[in-house]
Amino acid sequence: MKTLVIVEHNNDSIKQTTYSTVTAASKISEDVYALILGHNLDTAVDELKKCDHLKKIYLVDKEILSKPIAENFCDEIVKFLKDKDFTHVFTPSSTFGKNLSPKIATELDVQQISDIINIIDDNTFERPIYAGNAIAKVKSNDSIKVVTVRSTCFEPCKLDSQVEVENMSSELSKNELVNFVNYDESKSDRPELTSAKIIISGGRGLQNGENFKLLEGIADKLGAAMGASRAAVDAGFVPNDWQVGQTGKIVAPDLYIAVGISGAIQHIAGIKDSKFIVCINKDEEAPIFKFSDFGLVADLFEALPVLEKKLQ
Amino acid sequence: MKALVCVKRVIDYNVRIRVKSDKSGVEKDNVKMSMNPFDEIAVEEAVRLKEKGTLTEIVVLSIGTESSQETIRTGLAMGGDRGILVKSSDEDIDPLNVGKIIKNICDKENPDLIILGKQAIDDDCNQTGQILATLLKYPQATFASKVEKNNDNTLNVTREVDGGLETIKVKIPCVITTDLRLNEPRYASLPNIMKAKQKKIDILDINELSLDLKKRVEILEVNDPPERKPGIVVPDIDSLVDKLKNEAKIL
Ligand SMILES: Cc1cc2nc3c(=O)[nH]c(=O)nc-3n(C[C@H](O)[C@H](O)[C@H](O)COP(=O)(O)OP(=O)(O)OC[C@H]3O[C@@H](n4cnc5c(N)ncnc54)[C@H](O)[C@@H]3O)c2cc1C
Repeated sequence: MKTLVIVEHNNDSIKQTTYSTVTAASKISEDVYALILGHNLDTAVDELKKCDHLKKIYLVDKEILSKPIAENFCDEIVKFLKDKDFTHVFTPSSTFGKNLSPKIATELDVQQISDIINIIDDNTFERPIYAGNAIAKVKSNDSIKVVTVRSTCFEPCKLDSQVEVENMSSELSKNELVNFVNYDESKSDRPELTSAKIIISGGRGLQNGENFKLLEGIADKLGAAMGASRAAVDAGFVPNDWQVGQTGKIVAPDLYIAVGISGAIQHIAGIKDSKFIVCINKDEEAPIFKFSDFGLVADLFEALPVLEKKLQ
Repeated sequence: MKALVCVKRVIDYNVRIRVKSDKSGVEKDNVKMSMNPFDEIAVEEAVRLKEKGTLTEIVVLSIGTESSQETIRTGLAMGGDRGILVKSSDEDIDPLNVGKIIKNICDKENPDLIILGKQAIDDDCNQTGQILATLLKYPQATFASKVEKNNDNTLNVTREVDGGLETIKVKIPCVITTDLRLNEPRYASLPNIMKAKQKKIDILDINELSLDLKKRVEILEVNDPPERKPGIVVPDIDSLVDKLKNEAKIL
């Protein structure tokens, strides 16, 4: 049993999702390796080197890999795997991994397993279906298991090792059918949603983007990340990558505060694993109350300023 | 230009899912079925591209039981031109095999664009488009929130990715998977529903395709998710802050 973790990063630093994926990989066997593809990776590799569980890091540094174009990444990874004996290939179940991992599996003619939340044994996994309203236990009969890992379900690995790095040469030529044009990053000084300890999210009840300021003050005090329901994103109140839920981000903070969110199953799917859920909603019949540890029936426009003050 | 749009019949997104007591799956008897919402967005995008004159024909494909014809009809009522049903009695076909079936249809139909939903809301796999693009060796533009045709036989596609929006340029033929914000699907009008009844649906049996579709992944059992313990309603902000401090020990 030997697992390869495909590293998610932005060329400068390693994404938290990678550390959780390393932990998941370590549950298969002690033979865990990482492959990092990109360009100008010095600082990222310095971070990655600290990962516990890793036996070795394989590094491919090439300009055409500076952008995560799935076609180029997939070609390189499949070439890399050719003369190796990996039994498992794990990638974080982020948009990066979801875009890439099924391609790797297809090139190997195996069925990828999406978004695992638990590892039963080396070929049996649990994964949510129907927006997390059911959990399927699935067994892969393929020779190589290509898997994406839901990072909120595995603790990040510890970072106190010093792992050996092997530089790999690459003859990859660029896929001419696809070109990177532009990345419009939504910048924020707040923690990332998928790794935040506290999250405060707003829904349609906030009425407009301006009113999200009411949440900001509280987020500042709590050091919280900010999220939103699909309705709030669709209405243009906040950027798309704030969306939490079945088709947005899956989060699992210690505390999730839902403000003016009704609690549709698709939203709940993204927050169910939070340790504590709090809601503020003026409609006591809203489904969100059924999922909340502490619910407050109140008009958010009155409640939020008071809450902010009390947090002083 | 011709588009192939792939649609899946799934339990309607408003239905409360119930796991069967024998753990073999979820209850599907007497449950409302609909087109996967992401696939509706795929059909809508194709129809808009046809209205703009970019496309000349839209073929709506589904793989499933006889009942999936209804789902295809919905696509035809929205503006699809004709349908193809690949009939299968097995409702849980591995996505890799679904990809191989769609590729087989593409080899005959030669579409310029293949548009699919980014995920089906039943198995939540999010992989068929990526698999298909790989099998066809076409570029993929997944999680699309904007599709624009350029003059040089390419598309600019804006993708919803973690952390923001990414735009890529892909050569046609290509595979697109749709995200929620790409468009808002129309409701089919009654006259269009009537017209759709006259449109042609070719029915093929899955076994006619002579593909090797052996099952790769077995579903051993399906369980209810762990339940959250019931919570309480607090009377005011003070008691909320108190609970968070003293019970949750978070603040
Ligand atoms: C395929 C599919 C995928 C989806 N994926 C997602 C997803 O990933 N994430 C997601 O969130 N949704 C998703 N949805 C949408 C989901 O079904 C709901 O439509 C959405 O979550 C509703 O958002 P909301 O709770 O903000 O809005 P609403 O349901 O309109 O709720 C607004 C709430 O605000 C409360 N409110 C209003 N004014 C006040 C006030 N002054 N004070 C206090 N409370 C107030 C109301 O009582 C109400 O409960 C998806 C839907 C589909 C079909």
